Amino acid sequence: MRNLLPVLTVVAALLALWYAAAVWLNADWAYDRAQRAGTTLNFSALVADTWAQDKPKLPAPHQVATEIWNTTVEKKITSKRSLIYHSWVTMSATLLGFILGTALGIGLAIGIVYNRVMDMSVMPWVIASQTIPILAIAPMIIVVLNAVGISGLLPKAIISMYLSFFPVVVGMVKGLRSPDQMQLDQMRTWNASAAQTFWRLRLPSSMPYLFTSMKIAMAASLVGAIVGELPTGAVAGLGARLLAGSYYGQTIQIWSALIMAAALAAALVALIGLAQRITLKRMGMA
Amino acid sequence: MAWVLAALAAWALGIWANTRLAGLPRSRGTGLAVPVIFGLTIVVMWECLVRGLNVPSVILPPPSAIAARFAVSTHILWEDFVQTVMKGALSGYVMGCGGAFLLAIAIDRFPFFQRGLLPVGNFVAALPIIGMAPILVMWFGFDWQSKAAVVVVMVFFPMLVNTVQGLQDTTTMQRDLMHTYAAGYWATLLYLRLPAAMPFIFNGLKITSTLALIGAIVAEFFGSPIRGMGFRISTSVGQLALDLVWAEIVVAALAGSVFYGGVALLEKAVTFWHPSQRGRA
Repeated sequence: MRNLLPVLTVVAALLALWYAAAVWLNADWAYDRAQRAGTTLNFSALVADTWAQDKPKLPAPHQVATEIWNTTVEKKITSKRSLIYHSWVTMSATLLGFILGTALGIGLAIGIVYNRVMDMSVMPWVIASQTIPILAIAPMIIVVLNAVGISGLLPKAIISMYLSFFPVVVGMVKGLRSPDQMQLDQMRTWNASAAQTFWRLRLPSSMPYLFTSMKIAMAASLVGAIVGELPTGAVAGLGARLLAGSYYGQTIQIWSALIMAAALAAALVALIGLAQRITLKRMGMA
Repeated sequence: MAWVLAALAAWALGIWANTRLAGLPRSRGTGLAVPVIFGLTIVVMWECLVRGLNVPSVILPPPSAIAARFAVSTHILWEDFVQTVMKGALSGYVMGCGGAFLLAIAIDRFPFFQRGLLPVGNFVAALPIIGMAPILVMWFGFDWQSKAAVVVVMVFFPMLVNTVQGLQDTTTMQRDLMHTYAAGYWATLLYLRLPAAMPFIFNGLKITSTLALIGAIVAEFFGSPIRGMGFRISTSVGQLALDLVWAEIVVAALAGSVFYGGVALLEKAVTFWHPSQRGRA
C-alpha cells in the first residue's frame, strides 16, 4: 500500500500524456475539416474535436473505455462483435499452449537434471531455439498445419507452447538443482530412492522457481496466441480484431482489443500469482 | 525405405557418440562437440525422413533444398537482412535501450517516481506490446521507421526496469565509503553505481536483443515496402515457396544468435568481476 500513491501518480501522468498526445496527433485532421467547412477553431473547440473523432490517429482514453463498455457489457457474449467472445477464443488457445508448454518444459527440465547426455546436448539448443524469432514463422506453421488438416485451436496453441516452454525449462532446471549438497546427503543417509529424492526434496524445493517462470510463460503464451491469429485470415480472437481494425482504420477498435489483451494478461498472471501464494503458504515457504 | 533406415541409423549413431562423449571428463571440446553432434543428427534425420516418407516440399522441404535455395538467393536475403535487421531492429534497439537508460538515470534521483514506475513498468513489460504494431505502422508509415518504433516500444520497459533495479544494487556501506571520499552525485554514479548496475543492464540488453528482432519482423506483417524478412516470409508462404521461407528463417536464426552472442561477449568484457562471469573461465 506504500506504493499506492506513487503508482497512481504515474498512471495519472500517463493518462494526461495520452490526452495531450491525442490533441497533438489529431489536430491536423481537425484543422483540415474546419478549413473545408470554412470555420476557424479556437482552442477549446479544437480539444473537444480531437477527443471525439470517428477514426482518430490516437483515440482519447474515454473513447476507448466507451468502446470497451459497448462491446463487452452491452453485446451478447455469443455475438461476433462482443470482445468477451474474442477474448475467450484467444484465452483458450493461450491456456492450451501454456499447459502444453509447461508440461514440455517440466519434462525437459527433469531429463536435463537427471541425464548428463541430455544436459550437454539439449540445453544449448534450448537457448539457441529462443534466438529464432518464432513469431516470424508463425504464419508458416499455421498454413502448413492447415495443409496437413490440423486447424482451429491447436496451431495457435503450438506457437504459444514454443514461446512458453523456454522460461519453464530454465526456471525448473535451476529449481530442481537448488537443493544443496547437504540436503542431498541427508536424503542419502535416510536411504531414499531416486524417486523419493525427487518427490520429497527436488520437486518441493523447485516450486518458487516454477511459479516465477510460469508467470513469464503465461505472458509469452498470450503473445503467441495473438500473433498466431493474424495469418488465419482474421476469423476470431483478439489478434483478428487487431488485424481487422488495422485494415479498416478502426483505431478505436484496435485500442480496445489492445486494452482487453492487457487486461487478460494481467488477470492470467495474477491468477498464477494467487496460486503461488496459496501453494507456498501451505508449504510453509512464504 | 532405405532412407528411413538411414534416419534410424543416424539417430542411433548420434546417441552412441553423445553417450560416449558425455562419459568423458567435461572439457571445452566435449562441451562443444555434444550439442553440435545433436544438431547434425537432427538435420540428417530431417533430410532422410523427408525423402524416405515422400513429404511434399510444400509442407517441409529437406535441408539440402533449403541450402541450395539459400545459395541461389543470397542477394534477396541480404536486401531483406539490411531492411529488417540493420534499419528496423538495430536502430530501434539503440534508440529504445538508450532512451530507457537515460530515463532510468533521471528518475533514479526521485524515489517517489521510482516506487511508482517500477510496478507500472513491470506490468507493461508483461503486456502483449506486439499489439501496438498496427497502430505504429499507421502512424509512421510502411518503411523501416515504423518497425524501429515498434522495436523502441518493445524494448523500452524491460530495459527501464532492469536499469532502475541495477542502480539500486549498491549497499549502504559502499555509498558511505563514496561519501567519505567526498564524492558528489556524479562521481558516485560514474564510479560506483553504474558499474554495479552493469550486470542488470546487460541482462536487460540480452532479453531485449531477441525482442527487437521479433518486433521488427512481426511489424512487417501489418504493412511494409516490398522487401524485408517479415514481408518475404508472409508472401512466400502464400506462394508456397517454403524453401525460401526456411532460408529466411536460417538468416533470422543466425542474426538472432550473432546479436545475442555479441551482447553476451560484451557483457563478459565489461562485467568480468561479477561472480556469474568469474565462475566459468
